[in-house]
Amino acid sequence: MMQLPPYARTLGILIHEDDDPDVAPHLRLPPADHLMGRPGFLHGGALSGLLEMAGILAARQAFGDAYVAIKPIGMTVDFLRGARFVPTFARGLLVRNGARITAVAVHAWQDDETRPVATARMNLSLAR
Amino acid sequence: MADRVGPVADATFDPARFARLLSGLGHNAWLGLGYVAHGPDWVDLRLPYADTLIGDPDTGVLASGPIVALMDMATSMAVWTRVAAFMPLATLDLRVDYLRAAVSGRAVIGHGECYRLTRRIGFVRGQAHDGDPDDPVAHVAGTFMFTDAA
Repeated sequence: MMQLPPYARTLGILIHEDDDPDVAPHLRLPPADHLMGRPGFLHGGALSGLLEMAGILAARQAFGDAYVAIKPIGMTVDFLRGARFVPTFARGLLVRNGARITAVAVHAWQDDETRPVATARMNLSLAR
Repeated sequence: MADRVGPVADATFDPARFARLLSGLGHNAWLGLGYVAHGPDWVDLRLPYADTLIGDPDTGVLASGPIVALMDMATSMAVWTRVAAFMPLATLDLRVDYLRAAVSGRAVIGHGECYRLTRRIGFVRGQAHDGDPDDPVAHVAGTFMFTDAA
């Protein structure tokens, strides 16, 4: 079982492990008052936090038991739809897993994974 | 950074007052975001350090999420300050480059600037620092859309 950092835990992020061990676990963020942006909608910062954690988790999953220090270099978030105040999910996919850099694509969705509310691209610096 | 200036005389958007309202609501309240200063097209906000915002337990360094939230709010308030009115905005995209880790225990100041406005879009950029504006921890660039614009 992977551990989430304090920020993810206090945000309320939960890990959902998929049955297939090759598929990165996805994250679930239940709605809560401390995540509210404009009334009725999830704050863009909270949504970005969820995307970031899903991206880092996807990289961790790929490294298995090997200790790799991961440092985010940058992240670009596209906010595609207003994220309503319902459970929100996110999953990261490795675009390129290099020796020094891993590029990850992340998407967040609510009712339908094929209609994301936000997507993100992240570059992570690795120290193996 | 420009000199601190007081509220613009004809402004109908008051960043200090708006930040006080925000600091009692939702995610911004949870983060403890507070007003620092503003100018004609920029707003500075403060994110206090908190153990609950740690992204890397080994170093105590803050997660990136709270920095994104800080910069999203500082840059959107910069748009309202520049147009001198509160208008509904949707964040289209936001790019964050993490230049270095914020020092554990220090508050982070977010400087948001609206450098270009069109009828529909506000273009923004900003930096976050933890004490020295010349040694930022993050750089951001983004766009907002006025959702009520035709």
